[in-house]
Amino acid sequence: MSVNQRIVADLVSNNVSFVTTVPCKQLAGVIELIDKSEEIFHIPSNKEDEGMGLCAGAYMGGKRSAIIMQNTAIGVTINTLATLIQYYHIPLPMLISYRGELGEPVACQVEMAVHTKALLRQLHIPTYHFHHPDDAQELDAILKYCYMSKKPVAILTDASFWKGA
Amino acid sequence: MIRSEVLKQLIPVISDHLVVCNIGLPSQELHMLDDQPSNFYMLGTMGLASSIGLGLALSQPQKVISIDGDGSVLTNFGTLPTIANNVADNFILLIIDNGSYGSTGDQPTYAGMKTSLTAVATACGCENVVECRGENAVETVQAALDSDRMTIIVCKCDSGNIKVPVIDMDPVVIRDRFMKEIDRRNA
Repeated sequence: MSVNQRIVADLVSNNVSFVTTVPCKQLAGVIELIDKSEEIFHIPSNKEDEGMGLCAGAYMGGKRSAIIMQNTAIGVTINTLATLIQYYHIPLPMLISYRGELGEPVACQVEMAVHTKALLRQLHIPTYHFHHPDDAQELDAILKYCYMSKKPVAILTDASFWKGA
Repeated sequence: MIRSEVLKQLIPVISDHLVVCNIGLPSQELHMLDDQPSNFYMLGTMGLASSIGLGLALSQPQKVISIDGDGSVLTNFGTLPTIANNVADNFILLIIDNGSYGSTGDQPTYAGMKTSLTAVATACGCENVVECRGENAVETVQAALDSDRMTIIVCKCDSGNIKVPVIDMDPVVIRDRFMKEIDRRNA
C-alpha cells in the first residue's frame, strides 16, 4: 500500500467523510485519491481559512472533516484557528505539506518553513512530523486523538516522507 | 431601513431554520431578537459565515440560512466560487448589504460604491442570485425557502446600528446546543 493509499484508508476507517484541500505539488497524489474516493466528499477551497469554515460547518452537521494544505497556510489561518477552531472546540486534522525542508528546490519555501513549528507551538497545536514513509503508521492514532480532544492537530509531511509515496 | 429592522422583520421567516450568523452586530441583534438553539453565532473570524453555512448544508438535510454582510463577503470572496460549484439546495446565503462595515463604525465598503455583489455572485457561477431591498426581504427569503433551490440573496439596506448587548454565552455552549438541535431535527 502506498503512503497516499494508506492516508486515505486511515481517513476512511476513522469516518472522515468531508475533506477540503488547497493543493501542493507534494499533495497531488493524495488529493487525487481523495477526489476519487466514494466515502469522502471532496470540496476544494480557494483559501485555507475558507476551508476551515467549511470543515467547521460539516463537523456541526455530523460529519468528521479534515483539511489538506501547505505549511504556508499556517500564516493565512492563525486567526481562524484561534477564534473558530480552538475557541469553539472543533476537531480538525490538518494534513500539511511541509515545504522548505531538506530537498526543497524553491528558496522562498524555506521562509515559512522556519516559522512553521514555532507558530504551531505558539498556538498550542499538537504537531507531528512525518519524515520517513513508515511514520504514516501513526496517522490512525493521531486522527483518533484529534477527535477525542476536539482540537486542531497538525501533521507535517516533508519531502523525505513523500519520496515513499 | 437598517439591518436590525431587516432582521426583526425576518424573524418569523427564519426562526424555524438553522441560522449561521455573521460576527459582530448581526449576531448580537439576532441573539437579542430571537435567541434559540438553532442559531449559531460567530464571535470571531470575520468572513466565514457563508463557508460554515455551506459546510453544514452539504453535511445534513435541514435548511441552513447564513446571514452574512457585504464587508464579510468582500473579505472572503473565494467563498462564492466554492458555493457556486458545490450546490446545496438546502442553503440560502443572505447577504445584508448596507454598504458599510457596521460593527466597526460604518466605514464604507466597496459594495456600497462600484462593486455589485449580485454581479460578482452571478459571475462566480451562482445560479439563483436575487437582489432585493430591505423592505422586500421577508417575501424574498420566504420565496427562496419555498423554492428548495440554493439561493444567494443580496439585500440592500441603509447603514446604521442600534445599541445591542454583547453575547456572553461561551462559544462551546453555542456550538454544543446548536449541534444537539441539529441532531434532534435529523433524528
